[in-house]
Amino acid sequence: MNRTVLDAWVGIFVAVGIGALFFLALKVGNASDSVGDIYRVSAEFENIGGLKVRAPVKSAGVVVGRVSDIQFDAKKFVARVTLNVGKRYEFPKDTSVSILTSGLLGEQYVGMEAGGDSAALKDGDTIKLTQSAVVLEKLIGQFLYNKAAEGGTNKDTK
Amino acid sequence: MPERVLNGVLNGLRGVGHQVVNGVWRLGYAARFFLVTLLRSATSFRRFRGLTFREIYFAGVLSLIIIIVSGLFVGMVLGLQGYETLQKYGSSEAVGTLVALSLVRELGPVVAALLFASRAGSAMTAEIGLMKATEQISAMEMMAVDPIARVIGPRFWGGVISMPLLAAIFSAMGVLGGYLITVVVIGVDAGAFWSQMQSAVDFQHDIVNGIIKSVVFGVAVTAISLFEGYDAPPTAEGVSGATTRTVVTSSLAILGLDFILTAFMFKGV
Repeated sequence: MNRTVLDAWVGIFVAVGIGALFFLALKVGNASDSVGDIYRVSAEFENIGGLKVRAPVKSAGVVVGRVSDIQFDAKKFVARVTLNVGKRYEFPKDTSVSILTSGLLGEQYVGMEAGGDSAALKDGDTIKLTQSAVVLEKLIGQFLYNKAAEGGTNKDTK
Repeated sequence: MPERVLNGVLNGLRGVGHQVVNGVWRLGYAARFFLVTLLRSATSFRRFRGLTFREIYFAGVLSLIIIIVSGLFVGMVLGLQGYETLQKYGSSEAVGTLVALSLVRELGPVVAALLFASRAGSAMTAEIGLMKATEQISAMEMMAVDPIARVIGPRFWGGVISMPLLAAIFSAMGVLGGYLITVVVIGVDAGAFWSQMQSAVDFQHDIVNGIIKSVVFGVAVTAISLFEGYDAPPTAEGVSGATTRTVVTSSLAILGLDFILTAFMFKGV
C-alpha cells in the first residue's frame, strides 16, 4: 500500500480514537463539572442514611462540591463527613448542612444553607449546625404508631 | 493381568506429568519471548513511521469497521433492554447511566478486546506462523536481521497502541447507539439522559479504569498472538492450530484478567 495513504488512515484512526476518549471524558463522564480549587470542611451527623463518598454537595440546587470522606467517630458515636467545596463558593461560618434525597427514591446529597455570619468558612473548619438524613422506615413507623394511637382514642370517645 | 493394569496407570500418570511439564515449559518460553520482545523494542520506536505505523494500520484501522458496528449494536441492545426493565420502576431516564457505566467499565474494554483478538490477533498469528513456515524468519536470521526486533516488536507495539483507542471508540459508539434508541426512537428526555449519565460516570473511577483495562488486554492479546505465531509448528496444520489457540487463549485471558482487574478497581466503594 502507498505510504501516504497508509499514514492518512493511521492518522484518521488515531484522531477518531482520541476524539472518542474526549467524548467519553467530557460528554459521558463528569470531568467537565469539577469545581476547581477546593477547601475542606467537615460536619458531624447522627445518621447519614445512604450517603456515599463522591455524592454532590448542593446549595440552592447547584452543585458546589462533593463528599470526599465519611468516617465513624468512635468516641462521639457520630459520622464525620468531609466535604470538598469549591474555593469560589464562600459560605458564612454559621452555614447549616443537611442530608437530603433527590426525589422519593433518588440518590442522597448534602444540602448547604447559608447563614448570616460575616466571617466565612475556612479550610479545616467544622460545621456545627447539621441535620441528619431522614430514615424512611423510622418515619413510616412513627406514622403508623401515631395512626394507631389516634384510632384508639377515637374509639374511646365514641 | 495386574502387570497390564499397573502399566496402564503408569502410562496415565506419565501422560499427566508430560502435559504439566510441557505447559510449564511453554509458559516459561512465552515469558522469555515477551521479555525479549520488550527489550528489543527500540527498533519499533526508532523506525516508528516505517514499521509500527504499518502495524497500527493492520491491527487498528482494519478493525475499525467491526468495532464501530458492534459498538453501535451493543449500545442499542443495552438501551432497549435497560429501558424495558427500568420503565417498570418509573426511572427510564436512568437508562443513560446504565448504558454508559456498563460500556465504559466492562463491555467496552472486554468486547473490544475479544473482537480485537479474533480480528487482529488471529491475523497476526497466521502471518507470523506462515513467515516461519516459509522460512522467512530463518532467512532474516541468516542476513543478521533480528526477527524479534524487526517483525515481532512493531506488531506488539502496534497492537498495544491500537487497543485502547479501539475500546474508547467502542464505548463512544455504544453510548451513541443507546442514545439513538432510547432518546430518538423511544423518546426518553435527552436532557435527563445526559445529565444523569454525567453525574453517575466518574472520570477517574470509571473512564480511566476502563482505559487501564483496555491497555492490559491489548498487551495480553498481542503477546499471546505473537507468541502462538512464533511458536507454531511450520506446517499448514500447525499454523491453523496456532490461530485457533490464539483466539481461545486470548479470550480466556481477557475474561480472567477482567475479573482480577475489576476486583482490584471496584471494591464496592
